[in-house]
Amino acid sequence: MDKLRLRFEKTGRAVYISHLDLMQTMQRAFARAEYDLKYSEGFNPHPQISILLPLSVGAASRCELMDFKLKTDVDLQELPRRLTAVLPEGIVVTDCYESQRKVAQLKYLRIQGVFEYDDRDPAAMAGELRNFFAAPEIVITKKTKRGFGEADIKPAIREIAFTAADQAVTLEAVISAQEPTLNPELLAEALRQKAPALAPDFAKFTRVETYDADMEIYR
Amino acid sequence: MDKRLERILPRVQKPARYTGGEYNQIIKDKAAVDIRLAFCFPDTYEIGMSNLGMSILYHTMNSLDFVWCERVFAPWGDMYEEMNKAGLPLYALESGDSLDQFDALAFSVGYEMAYTTVLDMLHMAGLPLRSKDRPNLLPLVFAGGSAAVNAEPVADFMDLFVIGEGEEMNNELLTLLHQAKQEGWTKRDFLIRAARIPGVYVPSLYDVQYKSDGTLDSITPLEGAPEKVTKRIVLDFDKAPFPTSPIVPSTEVVHDRVNLELFRGCVRGCRFCQAGHIYRPIRAKKPETLIQQGIECLKNTGHQDVTLLSLSTSDYRHLNQLCDGMLEYCESRSIGLSLPSLRADNFSMELMEKLQKVRKSGLTFAVEGGSQRLRDAINKNVTEEDLLHTCAIAFAGGWNNVKLYYMLGLPTETDEDIVGIAEMANQVLHCWRQNASNKNRGVKITISTSCFIPKPHSPFQWEAQISKEEYLRRVELLRSSITARNVTYNWHDAETSVIEAALSRGDRKLSDVIEEVWKNGGRLEAWSDYFSYQRWVDAFAKCGLDLDFYASRERGEEELLPWDMIDVGVRKAHLLHERQQCYASALSPDCRKQCSACGAARLLKGGKCDG
Repeated sequence: MDKLRLRFEKTGRAVYISHLDLMQTMQRAFARAEYDLKYSEGFNPHPQISILLPLSVGAASRCELMDFKLKTDVDLQELPRRLTAVLPEGIVVTDCYESQRKVAQLKYLRIQGVFEYDDRDPAAMAGELRNFFAAPEIVITKKTKRGFGEADIKPAIREIAFTAADQAVTLEAVISAQEPTLNPELLAEALRQKAPALAPDFAKFTRVETYDADMEIYR
Repeated sequence: MDKRLERILPRVQKPARYTGGEYNQIIKDKAAVDIRLAFCFPDTYEIGMSNLGMSILYHTMNSLDFVWCERVFAPWGDMYEEMNKAGLPLYALESGDSLDQFDALAFSVGYEMAYTTVLDMLHMAGLPLRSKDRPNLLPLVFAGGSAAVNAEPVADFMDLFVIGEGEEMNNELLTLLHQAKQEGWTKRDFLIRAARIPGVYVPSLYDVQYKSDGTLDSITPLEGAPEKVTKRIVLDFDKAPFPTSPIVPSTEVVHDRVNLELFRGCVRGCRFCQAGHIYRPIRAKKPETLIQQGIECLKNTGHQDVTLLSLSTSDYRHLNQLCDGMLEYCESRSIGLSLPSLRADNFSMELMEKLQKVRKSGLTFAVEGGSQRLRDAINKNVTEEDLLHTCAIAFAGGWNNVKLYYMLGLPTETDEDIVGIAEMANQVLHCWRQNASNKNRGVKITISTSCFIPKPHSPFQWEAQISKEEYLRRVELLRSSITARNVTYNWHDAETSVIEAALSRGDRKLSDVIEEVWKNGGRLEAWSDYFSYQRWVDAFAKCGLDLDFYASRERGEEELLPWDMIDVGVRKAHLLHERQQCYASALSPDCRKQCSACGAARLLKGGKCDG
């Protein structure tokens, strides 16, 4: 079976597993569940698995997608349960299916975030955050392959909303997933650079849904 | 997860090593257990999770239903600083609970350079460093591992030591602790009772007196503690508990693979080798047992590599049968099989071809000495002919990468022996030219030397270590003798070796030095990133102790040695005899040719040594 796609959650302690380590972890889990991954040909064969949008260390997700190939036909209904049973704490497979859509069609991500404010008023912060992100452009200094560069992150934010919570402001946003890719961490980084008074004491993010260019759910 | 920890983790390197949550970790209900045990490894996660002993004992101790044993490792420098800044105490990976909630801390100490890290972990756990400053029974702090065969330098920090193999002994100890906790014993009462468990050494029950020259005068057991603590072993190794569902790390560790332990002990008796003596008698597993355990482990972990471990793998009697059995499972699944610790004298073409079927790596040979005379003196029964014969097979089979390991500073070593190392490398190069199946790929020969460290319970336990300056002179002599372009020479620094030599044969007075080094920031000193020779030199000076007295002094054969209350099986008379054989440059036959009656077999209580 060549065009298989896995949808899984990566939360809790598993958010600290890096992208490369996750590939290894997945490969081992497939072996434990006795699914035979298809290997590449050549001098140094490796299993053909690929995660659509690598997730930063520390970020959680309820909508990770991974493509893979198996040597034999298997029951796709049973696969999520069987694989989850042999995965580390925090990784839960929610779906497995033959993929219909190309990776390039994945365009937007819905994310949720928590900006923690230890001793500032969340309601006041939420208001100021709305104002800050309403600006026509948000140009920040970003680390690139060739040192540092300036980039406007605003076009990559399709929508963003803030709600005051207990010692924190929660956010929900739709951001560009590819071309350009926006690392949600840059939302907090923008504050550190442009509005230090609004910078949270800690920020964390969770991916919750994937969409195509027309904002239809992408699978 | 602790909020402080959550904020730290994104800032440190490889945070997955600080979170737990791996596949096959053991989670228990804290309310349902009586003894919470922190199994502390005084080095990083990557090293500790590669340690087979740690894996075995984690499972045997957790097999007790009243115990929950969790893992604790030492944080790397960046994490250490963040934890200190945030006021976050050391915690166990499974529950995330800080160590003040634990009933016992068990340290696995395999290496003397970990001593300062042991102290650091006690401190990070919020505990006083010295046993006498922890008046209560709980938490009990104990240690085991190969460094415990001379526990004296850290004796004052530990409540007790477990000497030898812990599979059975640890559980007897924890059962006694369980009873003591329920019945409210004092620490002293518990220690006196614990000292009756065979293999348990309670330092506070031994009074040590010194002579005016600094050597030991007497060791007196108190309160009925045994005069000699005899090392514990697993009598039936084939049936010894072995975890076939080990924890699978979610991040890269040093040895990321299934480990199969073929046998314990060694038939060879190399005179410099501590492991070859302290792990005797020889006990092997049946090949059927190993194949079954190996396949189960591979199924339960999903690992892509399996390694056959022992002190000298080619001395396993059923190696071909075992390799065939494992390869039958591994080949079709692209699982790699590797065999470290092969010897140059009995490495076979057949075996090599078997391994080649899956994956080909470099060849490493521990030659140890540069001349036949020296190799005879240290009882390293490898001839130049053996080595060249093996290399010829390997080069013809397509190998083109050979590493040769030597020690400098072995007893009786001369400059001639050192120059002999360079000559041997030339011979290997010549051998490659004559036998290589594909010369276009070139050849790489690497010579590595380390500085010989005399170790307790080995025939060389009385020997002096050469000075750091003399080691460097010998390094330079060898370096200037190497002329061939394809031969690379790496040498280990001597400074760590000097400190290791002092600690490995140290006495209780060294506890002050270790504490002083720790106070000045010493931790994770097995890593060159963190080791400071000067810090040790200063600490010795501050404590009024002489580093040379410990490292480079030859011990008198009649001298009472700090570790003389520990009986590892091999008799002192045998060690002395072997030392004399060294000075006569005389070989002793290996155990398979002729039993030397070393004494270790008596630990088997009538069972048979597989030597």
